[in-house]
Amino acid sequence: MALQAAGRKGVQSQLLSTCLRAYSTAAAERTSFGGLQDKDRIFTNIYGRHDPFIKGAEKRGDWYRTKDIVQKGSDWIVDQMKKSGLRGRGGAGFPSGLKWSFMPKVSDGRPSYLVVNGDESEPGTCKDREIMRHEPHKLVEGCLIAGVGMRARAGYIYIRGEFVNERKAVMRAIDEAYAKGYLGKNACGSGYDFDLNVHWGAGAYICGEETALIESLEGKQGKPRLKPPFPANVGLYGCPTTVTNVETVAVSPTILRRGPEWFSSFGRKNNHGTKLFAISGHVNRPVTVEEEMSIPLRELIERHAGGVRGGWDNLLAIIPGGSSVPLLPRSQCDDVLMDFDALKERQSGLGTAAVMVMDKSTDPIEAIARLSYFYKHESCGQCTPCREGTGWLYDIMTRMKKGDARLEEIDMLWEITKQIEGHTICALGDAAAWPVQGLIRHFRPLMEQRIEQASEELERIAA
Amino acid sequence: MQRYRGALARLQAVGLQSARGMAAAAQPAPAEDLIEVTVDGQKVSVPKGSNVLQACDAAGKDIPRFCYHQRLSIAGNCRMCLVEVEKSPKPVASCAMPAGPGMVIKTDTPLVKKAREGVMEFLLINHPLDCPICDQGGECDLQDQSMVFGSDRGRFTEVKRAVADKNLGPLVKTVMTRCIHCTRCIRFAKEIAGTDDLGITGRGRDAEVGTYVEKLMTSELSGNVIDLCPVGALTSKPAAFTYRNWELKTTESVDTSDAMGANIRVDTRGMEVIRVVPRLNEDVNQEWISDKARFQYDALRYQRLNVPLVRGEKGLQQASWPEAFAAIARAASKVQGHEMRAVAGRLADAESMVLLKDLMNRLGCGDLRSEAGFADLDADTRSSYVFNSTIAGVDQADAILLVGCNPRLEAPVLNARIRAANLAGVPVAAVGEQYDLTYPVEHLGANGDALDKLAKNSDYMKRLKGAQRPMVIVGAGVLQRADRDAVLAKVAKLVEKGEVVREGWNGFNVLHDAASRVAALDLGFLPSARARASKAAPKLVYLLGADDYSEADVPPTAFVVYQGHHGDRGAARADVVLPATAYTEKYGTYVNFEGRPQSTKPAVASVGDARDDWKIVRALSEVLGAPLPYNSLDDARRRLADVAPHLARRDAVEAPLWLAGEQWKAAGDRKAAADAAPLASAIANFYQTDAISRASKVMAKCVRARQNPIPGLHAASVGN
Repeated sequence: MALQAAGRKGVQSQLLSTCLRAYSTAAAERTSFGGLQDKDRIFTNIYGRHDPFIKGAEKRGDWYRTKDIVQKGSDWIVDQMKKSGLRGRGGAGFPSGLKWSFMPKVSDGRPSYLVVNGDESEPGTCKDREIMRHEPHKLVEGCLIAGVGMRARAGYIYIRGEFVNERKAVMRAIDEAYAKGYLGKNACGSGYDFDLNVHWGAGAYICGEETALIESLEGKQGKPRLKPPFPANVGLYGCPTTVTNVETVAVSPTILRRGPEWFSSFGRKNNHGTKLFAISGHVNRPVTVEEEMSIPLRELIERHAGGVRGGWDNLLAIIPGGSSVPLLPRSQCDDVLMDFDALKERQSGLGTAAVMVMDKSTDPIEAIARLSYFYKHESCGQCTPCREGTGWLYDIMTRMKKGDARLEEIDMLWEITKQIEGHTICALGDAAAWPVQGLIRHFRPLMEQRIEQASEELERIAA
Repeated sequence: MQRYRGALARLQAVGLQSARGMAAAAQPAPAEDLIEVTVDGQKVSVPKGSNVLQACDAAGKDIPRFCYHQRLSIAGNCRMCLVEVEKSPKPVASCAMPAGPGMVIKTDTPLVKKAREGVMEFLLINHPLDCPICDQGGECDLQDQSMVFGSDRGRFTEVKRAVADKNLGPLVKTVMTRCIHCTRCIRFAKEIAGTDDLGITGRGRDAEVGTYVEKLMTSELSGNVIDLCPVGALTSKPAAFTYRNWELKTTESVDTSDAMGANIRVDTRGMEVIRVVPRLNEDVNQEWISDKARFQYDALRYQRLNVPLVRGEKGLQQASWPEAFAAIARAASKVQGHEMRAVAGRLADAESMVLLKDLMNRLGCGDLRSEAGFADLDADTRSSYVFNSTIAGVDQADAILLVGCNPRLEAPVLNARIRAANLAGVPVAAVGEQYDLTYPVEHLGANGDALDKLAKNSDYMKRLKGAQRPMVIVGAGVLQRADRDAVLAKVAKLVEKGEVVREGWNGFNVLHDAASRVAALDLGFLPSARARASKAAPKLVYLLGADDYSEADVPPTAFVVYQGHHGDRGAARADVVLPATAYTEKYGTYVNFEGRPQSTKPAVASVGDARDDWKIVRALSEVLGAPLPYNSLDDARRRLADVAPHLARRDAVEAPLWLAGEQWKAAGDRKAAADAAPLASAIANFYQTDAISRASKVMAKCVRARQNPIPGLHAASVGN
């Protein structure tokens, strides 16, 4: 979820750079990335070709000496996660180790909770569901480890309502883990008590926002809470809570087993690790694939997705990180690297790493208008700019699609997105504004041409 | 008082100390609990835990707001209060951001202005802009703010949203298209009123405030959402389309519909009361009033007594004042003073009661009583019949026990305050009949026996003892019982054992249900010892606005004079009717249940030939040959101060002395057995309790609506 933890990013960036610099290696920096080898893949059953459940999972190395990891203690786990340079895989890219370290070290009487965000609803994104379907034990084991890392008493996995099979798989995995003694009292024989529950939503996109997810988990309407207080202080049932993405949790056991240095050897500085990329749209073989961070976008598509339909030259634009981030026109796609910082430089974002490819048969205005419809539909209606603004954006985009607008309305549209952006309780307002901003930034001539054509057509009919 | 003198001297010191204890609790926060922030370059100190908006308010900066309300939880959803905070990349919603030490806040930068203009534009795109036909027009927050942050033209060319209106009952009119989704009404219903009636359905642009199924707002405080609504979505249904607010003349007055004495503002146009709204008084009603206080005013137009009436052969006939007085004089000349009786009604003001008492005494009559069975109450010790902890004291209480009372109906605003305490963790328990008080109540038994059990080292007793500031609230229903003394004796035991009254805290409280009651007891409007002993039926009964008198108080053969403003039971029984003024038409002192004297003020002229109550008594005294020496309101009030000096201290509560329970020993027959009947509230029908509310059509509609709170459900069952 691109929405997750977006608020914290700015405030903590200073802290982040300090701690990462301290842990960086002195070795010569790599300049080319990609081509992840099978031996370095974390998710070895992401395509479900093997048994996803306990026998197969143990064969793939899950639950191997988990007790030892748990017994290393909370501080060790958080420290290793910090060293690995893992950034949250939900979209905002907040350093995971740091986030886990915000949880209280000493309880004030309230229990702490881990909440895993499996409400994967960002259009184009299909990475968490693959984990939940085919690698549920990685997630369950990760929950135990993350739970220990943040001293949580219990964990809740919140799964999107539409994910029925995913839910069943995760529930079966949890049952198996309980049966084996990996969860519950004295989990894995480590002396740590940890319970894990599954809850599923009703399919609202906004419930992927961490505080809305907590509200939904508590049985209320999924409407984001005001921050502060942050969930690490007052979260689920008023107790310290950390909400974290499925992928983030699921990669943590492997990181701890193979060591943070192994994980941080992938990707550029500050963007370490491997990542599941979901490639969809006008490519020859849509796929979800684990690759190294910072792989060039073009290589990612050509190596794993069989290239753009009709060849790279037939490419129009790519949305690189799920529907919330601004699109990149062809000119930007040639050389951009797929990581947080590189995409941010291009005024887009890695988001959930859901790459949506549009070839030249696409009408980008219509595509973005459809996204505006999505955000209009998913706005919770709590705060003014988003409630009123998303609908207005959709109305205008619907007219823009046909060119039924005036030229100056493009500027107005830009202004409206700016009036929404940064003025809302949660990041859904931003997520609704950015795609439209991306469209205006890169396809303004097309929008103008559409409007002119439409008005000429009108004049011709009138004459 | 004679026999208490010793006790009084002993307790003087305690009383003084307790007065100091109270003062200490009310002192401002010490300096270490303050933080300093900078607002637009100006340094201000605010208490820890304040939000940025409160800091800006403290600095005198006006922050526009729609959803924020100081008495409701923070929603932070209107986004109008955005300000710039240094080191924050985005503008910050000031209501939702805690103020931190050294915070630098800017409220008038171009960024802030632009952000607010943006929000205002969003609020207005789907707002109907029907201000010319909107009852809120002229006092609308959205209208006011749009003058500052609105554009002079709109850019919105799409189709506006329209929302179906909801039917919330006979009091609150809805125009839901105007709603800006601030959720104040929802939060009020949920947090203050305690009836989870309202909520949001739908998402995004389709979000609507409503009750989901068509349903009445089942709160006695529902009218307050009208004041809370920052736009014209919720307005007064009875007053719809009858006024523009700038036509109104306002008068600050006091409500008399219950004994709380809620501070109100009576808005009038010409001769008509157009609406009643609350006035802020932290010590009494905060800023809420009950629906009865707000909406019973339509009764001031109906059933009014506007000319004197004298009963002749054809029943009550119109007469002049001299004719009416002559009729009374004729009747009075045939009876001795001790054969007379005066009964004060629920709405009688203190001035007329003290004058009537003086007149009756001069005529040799000592049989003075309040309606509803108060005749033989011992009122020597003030602390035995007032709400000693004070209303504001509820905020400090840490355990509350209700005895035979239903504050939800007897004083809804007080109930909201108890509810607030309960939400803050104060346990509430009750002895008596079970009522839905909108918060969880531990029920400890129904009748007097339960009180006995409690007093015998029960768990609850220990908790009461362990509490710092326990409160016991005795309802008016208990005082009206035949076995009152026996029940009060049990309560006394409970109070004593539970140490409910301790140094610096008096937790014994009586919750009266009528506006006149405490003043009547303060003035000694009670039968003399001789009158108590007398069994003879009175031959002349003077009803001072008494409509709820018991049949025993008014024998069928008696000559009855009724002085009052509404044609109700008393006037129908009367031989002479003297038309008087209602609470909106006179200066009158009312003492609320905590003993706080407050004054109503005339907002409109009196009706027809009606006169102020004290003037009628004064004029009558002349005719009866016992002229009273009070020729002005000031004279009457000076007399009030003579009889009860604390009534001269307006708007303040003079804490009465607690005589270590001496008064219990004095009162009545302690040996009498308590009835097994449950201790019940004196009020069953909230909407119709006195002559005014019974004459109100709006209140009658409320009663009907309550019988069927979910109209849709009813229709469906009829269909089957």
